[in-house]
Amino acid sequence: MRFDLPAPDPETEPFWDAARDGRLLIKRCADCGAAHFYPRPFCPACWSTAVDWEEASGQAALYTWSVVHENDLPPFGERVPYVAAVVDLAEGPRMMTNVVDCDADALTVGMALRVAYRELDESTTVPVFVPA
Amino acid sequence: MTESDELFGERRAVLSGIGQSDIGRRLYRDPLELTVDACLGAIADAGLNPTDIDGISTYPGGMENPAGFSGAGVTDVQEALRLNLSWYAGGLELPGQLGAVINAILAVSAGLARHVLCFRTVFEGSAQGTKGRAAVMPGGDSRSGGFRATGFMEWLLPFSAPSAAVWIAMFANRHFHEYGTTREQLAQIALNARRNATVNPKAIYRDPMTMDDYLSARMISSPLCLFDCDVPCDGGTAMIVSRRDTVADLRKPPIEVEAVGTAFHGRPAWDQYYDLATMACQDAGTQLWERTDLRPSDVQLAEMYDGFSFITMCWLEAMQFCGKGESGPFVEGGQRIAREGELPLNTHGGQLSAGRLHGFGFLHEACLQLWGEGGERQVPGDPEIGVACAGGGPLAGALLLTRGR
Repeated sequence: MRFDLPAPDPETEPFWDAARDGRLLIKRCADCGAAHFYPRPFCPACWSTAVDWEEASGQAALYTWSVVHENDLPPFGERVPYVAAVVDLAEGPRMMTNVVDCDADALTVGMALRVAYRELDESTTVPVFVPA
Repeated sequence: MTESDELFGERRAVLSGIGQSDIGRRLYRDPLELTVDACLGAIADAGLNPTDIDGISTYPGGMENPAGFSGAGVTDVQEALRLNLSWYAGGLELPGQLGAVINAILAVSAGLARHVLCFRTVFEGSAQGTKGRAAVMPGGDSRSGGFRATGFMEWLLPFSAPSAAVWIAMFANRHFHEYGTTREQLAQIALNARRNATVNPKAIYRDPMTMDDYLSARMISSPLCLFDCDVPCDGGTAMIVSRRDTVADLRKPPIEVEAVGTAFHGRPAWDQYYDLATMACQDAGTQLWERTDLRPSDVQLAEMYDGFSFITMCWLEAMQFCGKGESGPFVEGGQRIAREGELPLNTHGGQLSAGRLHGFGFLHEACLQLWGEGGERQVPGDPEIGVACAGGGPLAGALLLTRGR
């Protein structure tokens, strides 16, 4: 049993399909212009249903992080130590992700990051971040 | 009844009795039996009989998963004690674990019940057994045999952020960055808890702990080490919320409810709240102080949630015992939060050392201290005003309590 795979539903499937193709999608409202995450079928700022996917720039700033040294839940225990991080996308929304290919001692709040992709299995690829 | 008592309905309620079962790391006992022990204890402590109880309130209500998280629900206790109920509620979507007690306060205040039995039982120690926390299944769908993350967990689990330890660690790291908070400061929450646990005969961990012990403990999720994480246990806690006009029926002068805080503004997600260096507790704290003429400086003891040590730091700021971002200097050295200090904190040892009774333990301890029943760990000076606060992240509920004013 592994606990890292998502259950895409019709509303979230485009996000996961795009990630497999190496693209990071967010939702934006055509009426008020607000971008949002987690993806919804309506705009959380004005409740318009005129929302659509757009490809994010992939640029982000590091908001906070933690180096995970111990977790009993599979498969996370096999990955330790790793960096769990919250990043602010250039477009505004905030997301949970990982920072990879970076010495944890080199991390600083606000540092510039860019998106990368890591395959979990043949069904799922996740957007992660590396130093820009 | 004064005009402000009319306005603030929580003042029509009192806490009239408390009870607690045996507490242990792994008791391997029927969780309903633990629950009944706690409930009968609380009823007797109030000077009541089970036939006097006409309400039940609990958190999170009966549920199978995560394992050991809920030892009994409303109907389990209604059946076990054969109660005739005028009002009852059990559920998870509340202002923290003590939201169940606040529900009871509102019910007696509204005249729906006279004496409400509030309880919470956990058996996470036994349920996790030797598998540790891996035995606790996160939110998702496992019906097809495999597991798939659903709901908000769809945005956390695939990103290797599976548990509150990881989320709270990131909040703490942000606080460290914004305010210069240090591990040595955070350690005071754990060290203070352990000092108090050494004189609590029911605490899980009672051996003294030093700063060196803390700093050399293994890291779980930086900056949180093992001693920043609470200890799963088995046990039941109960208290009785009574209508204030029933005082003649009660065995001892009750604890009065001066004010409660239940507010939460902002996105209710562990990673999406706008300021992750604090939590929902700041809104509950602000609201509570708007409902009373008492001030933070009047408070003589604070029992505040420590599922992870950093959460207590957030509560210290949220309840305005110090300014925002100032919890590190506030706890520095530990003297201020010690039993003899200006704000005795988590006098039973908190969940870090006394065991993860999940919120209810703090209210139990606040009542015990205000009644002067703390024994070896009694806060000196006959304290009359205390707070009990529970919840972390998007969960927060707070109570300001007084005795015999």
